[in-house]
Amino acid sequence: MAPIVSVSNLSKTYASGFKALKGVSLDIEQGEILALLGPNGAGKTTMISIICGIVNASGGDVTVGGHDVVRDFRETRAMIGLVPQELTTDAFETVWNTVSFSRGLHGKKPDPAHIERVLKDLSLWEKKDNMLRELSGGMKRRVLIAKALSHEPRVLFLDEPTAGVDVNLRKSMWDVVRGLRASGVTIILTTHYIEEAEEIADRIAVINGGEILLVEEKAALMTKLGRKQLRVDLAHPLERVPDTLSSYNLTLEGDGHRLIYDYDTSAERTGITALLAALAEAGIRLKDISTRQSSLEDIFVEIVGAAQ
Amino acid sequence: MNIEAVKSIYLFEMARTRRTLLQSVVSPVMSTSLYFIVFGAAIGARIQEIDGVSYGAFITPGLMMLTLLTQCIGNGSFGIYFPKFTGTIYEVLSSPISMVEIVLGYVGAAATKGLMIGTIILATASLFVDLSIAHPFVMLFFFVLTAITFSLFGFIIGIWAKDFEQLNLIPMLVVPPLVFLGGSFYSIDMLPPFWRAVSHFNPVLYLISGFRWSFFEISDVNPVASAAIILVFLTLCMSVLTWIFHTGYRLRN
Repeated sequence: MAPIVSVSNLSKTYASGFKALKGVSLDIEQGEILALLGPNGAGKTTMISIICGIVNASGGDVTVGGHDVVRDFRETRAMIGLVPQELTTDAFETVWNTVSFSRGLHGKKPDPAHIERVLKDLSLWEKKDNMLRELSGGMKRRVLIAKALSHEPRVLFLDEPTAGVDVNLRKSMWDVVRGLRASGVTIILTTHYIEEAEEIADRIAVINGGEILLVEEKAALMTKLGRKQLRVDLAHPLERVPDTLSSYNLTLEGDGHRLIYDYDTSAERTGITALLAALAEAGIRLKDISTRQSSLEDIFVEIVGAAQ
Repeated sequence: MNIEAVKSIYLFEMARTRRTLLQSVVSPVMSTSLYFIVFGAAIGARIQEIDGVSYGAFITPGLMMLTLLTQCIGNGSFGIYFPKFTGTIYEVLSSPISMVEIVLGYVGAAATKGLMIGTIILATASLFVDLSIAHPFVMLFFFVLTAITFSLFGFIIGIWAKDFEQLNLIPMLVVPPLVFLGGSFYSIDMLPPFWRAVSHFNPVLYLISGFRWSFFEISDVNPVASAAIILVFLTLCMSVLTWIFHTGYRLRN
């Protein structure tokens, strides 16, 4: 199936001379949740802004649903919903009016039933007549999501949607996102909370310094780059790793009370059985054993760190 | 054409007028009434007629133009500057709407407000002085075209302005001298020859003169020249806007 969003060789140089994007290419499949990870200033927001039509590109092409975002902007922008990073709201408008306004801007006829459904899904229904300045930060964030959903988009961009949002709201927001994906909406999200991406995304793209470093299925990425650690707590401390165990590249921690063994989960043999046997042979008594999997955050730090 | 979007922007802007009724409508009416009381009734009674028109009536077109220019520039610039300032402009820019439609919405609303207030001032003036309009269609031509042109001009200022200081610079510092020295309160025939000649470089003189001609058939300059000036200024504003949209100047950069 053709990608719903296709970015090819996209570049952007701002008037200040800052190169925000340096020839980025990325295909986003229909119906997936893609997490776009990257440190501040990596180019995430610039890329989203170009796809949505807020910023002009310096070079390259973007298509959404097969339409060029510049030439066929009416088709592409009608398909896209955008939740911006900043909490930008019209302080003196009511929730109902601002969400209805968004629907109108996208050329859709008024549909109070749809707006009601969106507001109820986001627990905003009771606040529909409140002015935006009366709402808390988390509520405003929900209003921005409601605005983005007001015109029934097929592609939804969430730029840091959970920044400054409490745990409960975050959970309910992800429920909404999952519901949207189930209905066929493609979701692109940027976040600093890597555990969120780990929990919800199908694929991960890492961007840094205006370049895409990798795009990978989350599961594949975790196996490919994910490492596991076996931690062995010892009954009696060791002064150093015995020579008979040197082939395992063990490290000694906790004043000689703990041995750490790094292994590759995707390898045919992890070497655990052999290691445990070798430990018994060396007369080392064990107190406890635990394993730890590296998180997406570790992977992210590793990739971005290697690129710098 | 995305009619729904134009309608949304237009109604959204008009709703702001309703919310700020005191500031948007009552305040210009109040200040104009004060002009009529001071210049029309108090001082005007001691000033002789100008070309057969009582002083109170003579200043009416000028006062309407003063308000129309100030209001249209103010509304036109604020309408687009405010979303830029709050950041809500992202939504307009990411909507399936062309720049022409954005202008129709914002400038249409600004011009409508200007025309509404101008009409209210005309009605207020008729309470103080006897008014008759010799050429109603010519009057409407100048009235509507000036509203549209200066709302466009305001819109350009709103896009250009980086802060509130710049936003207010032209409406506060440039427009009042042009209007006051453009013959709002006098005929330039009353000026010494040198200043009369200088006045001809003031574009607002042509607007006020043409507008006044449509009321009383008296003018400082040929009404055809007035019509030409307003059309030239309209074309100029549209050309600048076309350039802005083409380059994304201060909107998409």
